[in-house]
Amino acid sequence: MNRFEYVRPATVAEAIAAAAVPGSTYLAAGTNLLDLMKGGIVSPTRLVDVSRLPGLDWIEPLPDGGMRIGARVRNADLAHDPTFRKRFPAVAEALLSGASAQLRNAATVGGNLLQRTRCAYFYDPASACNKRQPGAGCDAHGGENRLHAVMGWSESCIATHPSDCCVPLTALDAVVEIEGPAGRREVALEDFHLLPGATPERESVLAPGDLVVAVRLPGAAAPFAAHARYLKLRERTSYAFAVVSAAACLRMADGVIAEARLALGGIAAKPWRARDAEAVLAGARPDAVSFRRAAEAALAAARPSGDNEFKIELARRIVQRTLLLAAAGTPERLPALPASPFAPVPGGALHG
Amino acid sequence: MSLSITLTINGVQHSIELEDPRVTLLDLLRERLDLTGTKKGCDRGQCGACTVLLDGRRVNACLALAASQDGAEVLTIEGLAQGDACHPVQAAFIAHDAFQCGFCTPGQIMSAVGLIREGQAGDDPERIREGMSGNLCRCGAYRGITEAVLEAQQSLGQAGQQEAA
Repeated sequence: MNRFEYVRPATVAEAIAAAAVPGSTYLAAGTNLLDLMKGGIVSPTRLVDVSRLPGLDWIEPLPDGGMRIGARVRNADLAHDPTFRKRFPAVAEALLSGASAQLRNAATVGGNLLQRTRCAYFYDPASACNKRQPGAGCDAHGGENRLHAVMGWSESCIATHPSDCCVPLTALDAVVEIEGPAGRREVALEDFHLLPGATPERESVLAPGDLVVAVRLPGAAAPFAAHARYLKLRERTSYAFAVVSAAACLRMADGVIAEARLALGGIAAKPWRARDAEAVLAGARPDAVSFRRAAEAALAAARPSGDNEFKIELARRIVQRTLLLAAAGTPERLPALPASPFAPVPGGALHG
Repeated sequence: MSLSITLTINGVQHSIELEDPRVTLLDLLRERLDLTGTKKGCDRGQCGACTVLLDGRRVNACLALAASQDGAEVLTIEGLAQGDACHPVQAAFIAHDAFQCGFCTPGQIMSAVGLIREGQAGDDPERIREGMSGNLCRCGAYRGITEAVLEAQQSLGQAGQQEAA
């Protein structure tokens, strides 16, 4: 790990001023940042510790049914907050399917948005990576890439975004509140992360010194609580990143899907909102035919970036299963293995 | 530039000068304070051998910057027993042969204490296994570990949750 200067500002304004110095990075829990620094993947010259800034640690129910979450709220605290769990169960399920209990006790909501890809070539300073070193090339192209992106990738980069909770947050139109040198602004989470294009080193809309201060779920996201699930296929039962994942939230009326929200994880450099699939589901009956059509629509633009064509069909199947489970209803209590695709499916198996 | 921090570790307050801000909580415990019960396995947050309770919550000490924990209370494996009497989780690990080489054991035990305090798993073995999945055991003593945590959970019960740490 490189030597750095450590500063601990007392206010958001002080933090933003301190982070304006080139080479600075914000430190929250550090569960991703310290790992990256130990590996020599990033080497900031100044850490601005925002882990105890006042006013960023509340979970605030809003009168319209939405909620506002301070950026330094810990993942475990958010997942177990009784009001949050009731209003946004798919987000709670996603949070509890991520990392380990130890990491969830430390990692923050703001940090979760900004965690870096788990692409092995990004993590290996001996490999070429355009994200780590712009212009260096991409060893993931033609390398071990079975877990890489199938949507929105470019010749420069085929990495995926690893977050679980960003997937249902994106489906539910979460908004990111940002403070920075240019003042305060808000960005829809769907627009917060950037696709790689020719500049994979730019991963979000944040400018230098910008600080995520809160994530807000609008009141319009609350009516989905009764039919909201997150499913995550992993290469081992627990404590692993998603191969593919999906969040499905349905608003049911008279046995028909009045409105659907769908997003996928593990397939692109950002949480992937599947609006075409949502349009297919609006007004449809919650049955296998509708779900198959929605899955086809969600992955219509998918193409493999290497040895990962299997992920496209896998994603279609995860979408269908998540929709089936969402239609069956949010469970009273989250399952022992949150987001596990191996739980029994109501009405029997989908794939014969 | 030197940093001054204060930590309460196993009930004892320490004033610590950090010449270098790179020190993790894990290295501080092991290298500066000679509390070597907390183990360094992967040093990257993947194995759980360095699990300690930080302000009552289990975390990976290898991914916590010491400077950032100023004012915190830390409980390590050395602070768990009451004199010569094992903590109920320690006793349960012995009773169920919940280890072989023992390297991961301090982290397993601190994680189990944290799990019981969190109160989410109850006596469901599947929830215990999921809740302990951040602690790897390369000897594969998982069956004994699950049984030990289950027994400790039952013996500590609801009333014991406060005493558990």
